[in-house]
Amino acid sequence: MTPTDHAQRLQTRTAWLFVAPLLVILFAVAIWPLARTIFFAFTDAYLDDPANYGFVGFSNFVTVWEDTIFWRAVSNTLIFTVVSVAIETVLGLAIALLLHRAFFGRGLVRAAILVPWAMPMVVSTRIWDWMLNDQFGLINRILIDLGIIAKGIAWTADPTLLLGVVIFIDVWVTTPFMVLLILAGLQLIPEDLYEAAEISGVPPWKCFWSITLPLVAPAIGVAMLFRTLDALRMFDLSYVLAANNTNTMTMSIYARDQLISFQDLGVGSAASTWVFLIIGFIAILLVGLLRLDRSQH
Amino acid sequence: MASVTLKNVSKHFGIYDVIQNVDLDIADGEFMVFVGPSGCGKSTLLRLIAGLVPVSSGDVLIGGEKVTDVPASKRGISFVFQSYALYPHMNVSRNISFALETARIGKAEIAKRVDAIAKMLKIGHLLERRPRQLSGGQRQRVAIGRALVADPEVFLFDEPLSNLDADLRTEMRFEIAKLHANIKTTVIYVTHDQTEAMTLADRIVVLNHGRIEQTGTPRELYDRPSSRFVASFLGSPKMNFAPVSMAGGRLAGPGGFSYAPVLAAAAAPSEIGLRPEALALSRASAGGAIEGIFERMEDLGHEYLCYVRVGDGLIWTIRGNDTPPDFLPGSTVHILWRPQSLYLFDKEGARLDHGSMKSAAEGAA
Repeated sequence: MTPTDHAQRLQTRTAWLFVAPLLVILFAVAIWPLARTIFFAFTDAYLDDPANYGFVGFSNFVTVWEDTIFWRAVSNTLIFTVVSVAIETVLGLAIALLLHRAFFGRGLVRAAILVPWAMPMVVSTRIWDWMLNDQFGLINRILIDLGIIAKGIAWTADPTLLLGVVIFIDVWVTTPFMVLLILAGLQLIPEDLYEAAEISGVPPWKCFWSITLPLVAPAIGVAMLFRTLDALRMFDLSYVLAANNTNTMTMSIYARDQLISFQDLGVGSAASTWVFLIIGFIAILLVGLLRLDRSQH
Repeated sequence: MASVTLKNVSKHFGIYDVIQNVDLDIADGEFMVFVGPSGCGKSTLLRLIAGLVPVSSGDVLIGGEKVTDVPASKRGISFVFQSYALYPHMNVSRNISFALETARIGKAEIAKRVDAIAKMLKIGHLLERRPRQLSGGQRQRVAIGRALVADPEVFLFDEPLSNLDADLRTEMRFEIAKLHANIKTTVIYVTHDQTEAMTLADRIVVLNHGRIEQTGTPRELYDRPSSRFVASFLGSPKMNFAPVSMAGGRLAGPGGFSYAPVLAAAAAPSEIGLRPEALALSRASAGGAIEGIFERMEDLGHEYLCYVRVGDGLIWTIRGNDTPPDFLPGSTVHILWRPQSLYLFDKEGARLDHGSMKSAAEGAA
């Protein structure tokens, strides 16, 4: 064995040593629970006694598949995701463009817009829940005083409004996150590109479409991917606002209901596995679509 | 093509006076170089002319017309940036034609113009590439191409060669000079490199702390610098300086320097200057020579540079192109100089005329 071989082996061993704790933790918190969930999805175990189970094949998956409430939860989640991410992206881009310009007190404004995002979702949801209360809520009071409506709207009780309220609160909470990511992307665009365009007499709208947007697109893409995956597994907001109301029930709430409320470990695990597969499929689709695996300029 | 005139132009950012009362006339078709150390305001002055930065006071005229309040795009100028400022997501062809897209001149005409420019700059084979796939020199050509396509009255260059390596810089310098000879457009070119200034310019403006120190042809500035600043800035290696004192009509300085100049009545020299190429070294003492300690010699092949310690701590450079001398470090040497190459400066750094100086007519010739 040459000295180089020895050094190489030592290096490899040291590398494994450094990576090992991470691998152990990853296995403990991600791979093992996932494997257990998939395993239980094929059994008839109950939560109070998971050791006592028998294999039932794919019947749990079929049960979930045939449950109309599950599909309602899927469609709620998808509507919530598409609409809220779309609004957050457009709003986030607009606010980021405003904040990108230098103005007095910009630093303060940047810090201030982060406040909604820094608050725990449960707190934000409760705040809006109270403000939107049909009798005592601030929002109805303002709308009545302004003469826009005659009597209070039942924002959080009216089934047709509920999903809209959920989307509204999510936009309020997470737009700052979008703003920050897009702002970081904007700041990477060299100022002299705009000066070159200015001298060439390129009109502002064309500057936006042909310079700003293509160059900030990778940042927007990453931000949308983060937000989409986050939105697809949303639980807290809907649950705090309306618990397991079917109008706002998300996939995660459905799985939790099966698992905790009905104590059905098998069906709950099957539902969780479905959620995992759906989110995984969308993630792969998005990464492919955004070509994030390829180096972008 | 157009002349450019600056009338009492000033610019301040907050409390900082970046440009102070600049008056300048640039003739139609002239190649004007702004030169100066970093922070002297040369780039700001260029941006004021371009209209990228508004003036604080004064007027900018292009082609005799006041453009002080005219936006950059309507001034008939093109700007080549130090960083090239190419659009990274567009290919070379679109980089060049981007400005024409909103000009309503039709795709065929755009393609024709891009082709003509690509041919002129020899970048025809690069048209489909993105900027990041190009070398520094190629990016530079594309940036010039983008400036050319607008068919400007005045070309503005902001340190265009400073990101290139030495060889490429020489090559591009040549190309820019040729380009100017071909298109004969007025060019204003900013650089901190005195070689670029000397080689490219019809006339040079030397800037210092936001003021014009001197304006003139490269030869005028080299032969008859108005101040110590200009004298030290132009010429490579730099001019040698030494403090002197005046007593009884005779100047005395380090190394036994002694000279009786013919001066105007109020003139009070406090410093002498001698260019490295105007000096020679000798082992033997000679009348009027300055004595020094030989420190080191650098043989560059086509020339050599000798470093000699004069007085306490001053290191002078002597440049020659004959056979390099073989002095031992530490040995005493004698620096030979001629009165007609001697520059005198007063306390404020202004150059003083003295009897033996080359005449103005001779200097300008």
